[in-house]
Amino acid sequence: MLNNDYIKQRLAEKFGEQVTNFEEPFNMLTFEAPKEINLKVLQFLFDDETLQFRFLTDLQAVHYPDNTGRELAVVYHLHNLQANVRIRFKVYTDISKPDVFSATALFMSANWMERETYDFFGVNFVGHPNLKRILNVDEMDYFPMRKEFPLEDQTRTDKDDDMFGRGKSY
Amino acid sequence: MSDVIHHKNIRLPEGSIEKTTTTLNLGPTHPATHGVFQNILELDGERILSSESTVGYIHRAFEKLAERRPLYQITPLTDRLNYCSAPINNMGWHLTCEKLLGVQTPKRVDYLRVIIMELARISDHLICNSIVGVDTGAFTGFLYVMQYRELIYEIYEEVCGSRLTTNIGRVGGFERNFTPKAFQLLEKFMAEYPKVLKEFENLFTRNRIFMERLIGAGPISAERALNYGFTGPNLRAAGVDYDVRVHTPYSSYEDFQFDIPVGTTGDCYDRFLVRNQEMWQSLSIIEQAYEKVKAFKGAEAEIYHADVPEYYLPSKGDVYTKMEALIWHFKIVMGEIDIPKGELYFPVEGANGELGYYLISDGGRTPYRLHFRRPCFIYYQAFEEITKGAMLSDAVIVLSSLNLIAGEMDA
Repeated sequence: MLNNDYIKQRLAEKFGEQVTNFEEPFNMLTFEAPKEINLKVLQFLFDDETLQFRFLTDLQAVHYPDNTGRELAVVYHLHNLQANVRIRFKVYTDISKPDVFSATALFMSANWMERETYDFFGVNFVGHPNLKRILNVDEMDYFPMRKEFPLEDQTRTDKDDDMFGRGKSY
Repeated sequence: MSDVIHHKNIRLPEGSIEKTTTTLNLGPTHPATHGVFQNILELDGERILSSESTVGYIHRAFEKLAERRPLYQITPLTDRLNYCSAPINNMGWHLTCEKLLGVQTPKRVDYLRVIIMELARISDHLICNSIVGVDTGAFTGFLYVMQYRELIYEIYEEVCGSRLTTNIGRVGGFERNFTPKAFQLLEKFMAEYPKVLKEFENLFTRNRIFMERLIGAGPISAERALNYGFTGPNLRAAGVDYDVRVHTPYSSYEDFQFDIPVGTTGDCYDRFLVRNQEMWQSLSIIEQAYEKVKAFKGAEAEIYHADVPEYYLPSKGDVYTKMEALIWHFKIVMGEIDIPKGELYFPVEGANGELGYYLISDGGRTPYRLHFRRPCFIYYQAFEEITKGAMLSDAVIVLSSLNLIAGEMDA
């Protein structure tokens, strides 16, 4: 029976100290690995006969401007359809050099999801066959989902961050 | 410019006169695409050599907007993803919020939601399948079933007041109880619709012309479909029995008996059959759910929302007469409720695949990050592969039978 403890144990056997930050929010195993080995981890999860995470449900990024050196998180949601187990896998990257290896060789579905992630966060997927903007116009010269681009008009005083319970951190 | 030759007054890219293939723009506003997206096809005669899809014409930055909206203001954004089955998106969002907040909804709410979600699934499949008919030259079926989509929309209207972009329900349940008229309309639908669906199937399923147009058009193997991230009816048509309603039941789907229809070849015909079968299954689920709803007696039969004062608006009467209700009303409307910290991925079975909500909350009043897993954005990538070598007219029915919704693709 495939469960979170077993997956954790297999990952620890294979990658040792490199996979870290195991969590289980809402019972979904979440872990982190250095971005250099993201493809190795995905390949291992794909190939291992007991794990078989062969369906890429979702791929996107999150921007944490305060995490110096690891501002961008690329999040993979993987699914083992037979055992019906989902896991979440994260890699963090420096925003000044946001290079992450592309998973397109393993999952065809990663193609547009990586383009979308590039389009909105500027994650540079190394090895992607056609990394260009997908939803925004080609001429756009910034990555709009990053937190430094606030949604509301900055001259307004009635909609500052205090109104959203966050103080004035960014 | 060096890469351009001058041909009278028209500037053409170099090589375009000697070229033996034709470049054709299918879309972005071609009626056959049923939505705003473009396919640049390279044709040899009528045969497709390659294609390139462009999406994003109606991108509305929902994920960015959601970072500045309290939970209840995000519901109308989800309407505009797959607008053919907006209630499923709404319910999926409410279920995501409820899971994050740890709200337990009463059974009656779950069953009422199931009724609405399955109606939405029927209306979505109905449009998709009858559009496949239109694209093959059979307009009758489309007009014939349209009345019943209208009836479904009347039910939505009776429940929530709107028809297409429904904003139906609230975090915790429904904004008001179902009226007797809503149930009457539902009964009317359950009584009349099976006959219509049967007739629709008689028109199409064994129709020789229709079959020859669809069989073998745009096939995909189960393995490729999984690799391309297919979900929903399109994946099931390829033979994989994956359905979120069964794998990770939500809204009490575990209380219902239904089958998951699967196909074998994953071509347009299988997709058509799977959708038709799913409509029968949805109908059966609606009947079961209605029986269960009718079985509630007394005070239980009046329950239509969970007790979540922080997120569910108090009744107007209370707001005018009670201090607490007034405070909650104000706080909810102004979006002054802090959401608990958490990270959550919640999938529901949308009408065209697994619709997922990836929500990260940092304890503020709005999501820190919200991502929609939009099924047709992901599986539309396969269009190039499955239409390679096909005829141009096949590409059109592949587009409609994949059930591509521009609103969902472009977020």
